[in-house]
Amino acid sequence: MAPTDPMAEIRASFFVECEELLEAMQDGLQLMDDGEDDSETIHIVFRAVHSIKGGAGAFGLEALVRFAHKYETVLDGVRSGRLNVDSELLKLFFRASDHLSDLVRACRDDTDIPTAQGEHLAGELDACIAAEPSLAEPEPEIDFNPVGLKLDFDFGPDLSEETTSEGVKTYLITFTPDNEMYENGNDAYPVLHALSELGDCKVTCNTSKLPSFDQLVPETSYLSWSIELSTAVDEAEINSTFEFVEGLCSFSVTDSDGETPEPVSIPSLEPLPPLDKAPTAPPEPISASAQPAQKPEEQRAPVAAKSVVRVDLDRIERLVNLVGELVINQAMLAQSLLSAGLSPHSDAMNGLEEFQRLTRDIQDSVMMIRAQPVKSLFQRMSRIVRESSAAVGKNVRLHTDGETTEVDKTVIERLADPLTHMIRNAVDHGLESTADRVAAGKPEEGVVRLSAAHRSGRVIIEVADDGAGIDRARVFKIACEKGLVAADAALSDTEIDNLLFLPGFSTASTVSDLSGRGVGMDVVRTAIQALGGRISIASNEGSGTTFTISLPLTLAVLDGMVVEVAGETLVLPLNMVAETMTLTETSLETLQPGLNIVRVRDGFVPLFDLGHLLGYRDRKDTYVDSVALLISHEDGRAGALIVDEIQDQRQVVIKGLDDTYYRAPGIAAATILGDGQIALILDPSDIVAQASDLSRPAPAPMKMEA
Amino acid sequence: MPETLATQTVELLTFKLSDQEYSLDIMSVREIRGWTKATPLPHAPSFMRGVINLRGTVLPVMDLAERLGLPPKEHSDRHVIIVVKHEDTMTGLLVDAVSDIIALEESDLQPPPDSVGQNHPTVIKSLTLIDNRMIRVLDLPNVISIVQSDAA
Repeated sequence: MAPTDPMAEIRASFFVECEELLEAMQDGLQLMDDGEDDSETIHIVFRAVHSIKGGAGAFGLEALVRFAHKYETVLDGVRSGRLNVDSELLKLFFRASDHLSDLVRACRDDTDIPTAQGEHLAGELDACIAAEPSLAEPEPEIDFNPVGLKLDFDFGPDLSEETTSEGVKTYLITFTPDNEMYENGNDAYPVLHALSELGDCKVTCNTSKLPSFDQLVPETSYLSWSIELSTAVDEAEINSTFEFVEGLCSFSVTDSDGETPEPVSIPSLEPLPPLDKAPTAPPEPISASAQPAQKPEEQRAPVAAKSVVRVDLDRIERLVNLVGELVINQAMLAQSLLSAGLSPHSDAMNGLEEFQRLTRDIQDSVMMIRAQPVKSLFQRMSRIVRESSAAVGKNVRLHTDGETTEVDKTVIERLADPLTHMIRNAVDHGLESTADRVAAGKPEEGVVRLSAAHRSGRVIIEVADDGAGIDRARVFKIACEKGLVAADAALSDTEIDNLLFLPGFSTASTVSDLSGRGVGMDVVRTAIQALGGRISIASNEGSGTTFTISLPLTLAVLDGMVVEVAGETLVLPLNMVAETMTLTETSLETLQPGLNIVRVRDGFVPLFDLGHLLGYRDRKDTYVDSVALLISHEDGRAGALIVDEIQDQRQVVIKGLDDTYYRAPGIAAATILGDGQIALILDPSDIVAQASDLSRPAPAPMKMEA
Repeated sequence: MPETLATQTVELLTFKLSDQEYSLDIMSVREIRGWTKATPLPHAPSFMRGVINLRGTVLPVMDLAERLGLPPKEHSDRHVIIVVKHEDTMTGLLVDAVSDIIALEESDLQPPPDSVGQNHPTVIKSLTLIDNRMIRVLDLPNVISIVQSDAA
């Protein structure tokens, strides 16, 4: 595991950072699009692009630098008020951002750089630059026109004189970086900034050592700073500011309030440098290509830092496993204490209760580590909307809601594809063409709404459009043509809507470039179901369609029904169990030997003996008085599973089964019970499907269930 | 792998299966634990005893005697599970009893005669004699991986 190439590591962390910067950039653009074009927003976008450019320059990613530079120039124009933001320009910005993301990813994965699109965009950006002559940059070599650097760093109002109140002391600090400090990639700015956070701070830059330009050695440190800091913190804290650059600079801290000018006591710190030492240089530009005009930004660059720790996913995975273990152990302990016959009021039992509470808290907290806001996912979708609306020539706006809703990381990753598909569908099929919209008296711009929310322990994600709604007559006609339903079937509106989920259904009369590639909503539904979720449609003629996805919060824990079959304990996902019932003679019917059905209200449902299906025992002679679980299949098939006993409903920790050797049919995973025994988690759909295929060679035509 | 260290010592864990002595390279053995009731997997091949809880991991357990085609024995508390790791998969092997750890020179091991290979193609890697008793050295990857084709 030892990292062989430190450069590769730095490079990797640069790309991780890029992702964050790209996200910040998207956020900023979105804010601007929503009409909040204050100067801070454009600064954020500018800084993001600029930081990407800077890093890219350091790694010699030429294509990225070139494009980022163009983009940045135009952004700079907006920032300085020389360009006005209109919707056209914003659209260009969005597309430029998308392209920038592509470039970053292409550089990261070493794949081909999408040149054609890039040149086109670069051309548009060039046009913007050309339109505003003041943006045209001076050729760096020939027309070198340095902009005065402001190195005194104004950190807020200097109130030190008036407000030197009790406990607040004024310190005089001098700070002279050595060459080594810059060579190690440090910068003076963060140190000064950290100082400014300690109190009122007046920074003066001493440029007297700066030689004339022709004698300047760019790699030499010429600058030093003197800082007047009024603060309540003690000297040790001030010294700690210099922790990162210790030994790489000279600095001194003196108490200016007269008494005891404190000598520097930390041995590793050097006293003030001798004056004849030729020091100081302006902080080096990140790359050779950085233009002089951007220098001030270099100084102001630090992006508002979120305090985030990057952790390897494996470690979290391990933690989640350990907590699962803890939960199991706790249950085991509880069971053994109970069987030891301790009084419920004994200390041990009280302690156990506390222990249980703690375990639950830990479990929740650990699950929260894996949780991530859906924002990144939604941002990807806004790009999909932009691209797909451009492809079909519609004017579409994406409205997102609940971006901060947190969902398990794995869920987010696996949701991207189905959601992309749904968004494309909404743009392509859901929304009418602009002409149709105008004719229907709707605003030209179609709206696709994407929202996320937590509701009763699940995550609800909705994709809604304000289009024409589902044309049910047409859906029905197509379903008939494709032989999916009988022409004389009387279906309710919901049933017709659900036809969209049938495999091989596609309503687009012309296969567009965008959707309708033969991948239908059935694939979306399968993907959602694989995540333990459900999807449903609601549609209003004329006012739009809403798809609602309901997902479990995490994939690591399952709400299960614990049952016993032939002496074995099994767990069924609770969301698959529609109802439980005790079979009576009147509700039981035999269709043919070995195939029983049970009457559930007005319908008939095939009966399956779980103990027999799993090979634990032979078929029972009679099922009267047996307990059955009614399993509702999402595709409309249903089945009743006979179990011996229902034990409990509880959350279980899902443990993957290693299926290298053998994959048991109908078994989804395993869990560990309170007694340390392993219980298998069933996949009822799989069991019912297999059993039906066995007992009914020709599967009955599907019937839609509401 | 110890084999790569030229003619150096090999350590083997020996154990009993139906009164025969077998052994495994100790490097592939993770731990040895007592028999606990396994949760059977539906429709699994008969030598798959099921899965047990190994400190929170679901560990498949294989009845080694049955896997090798030896007469099955009634299981009791005296049986032990040898937990082995091959590549990234952990497997429990149910055996009658663990006997000893022996250290041998690589040169003490000899390949099985060809005729033996007919019944169990490559399950036994080599043979050796200890105190006049023949000990079979199992080829772990083959013991485990053939299962897949059997089960399919």
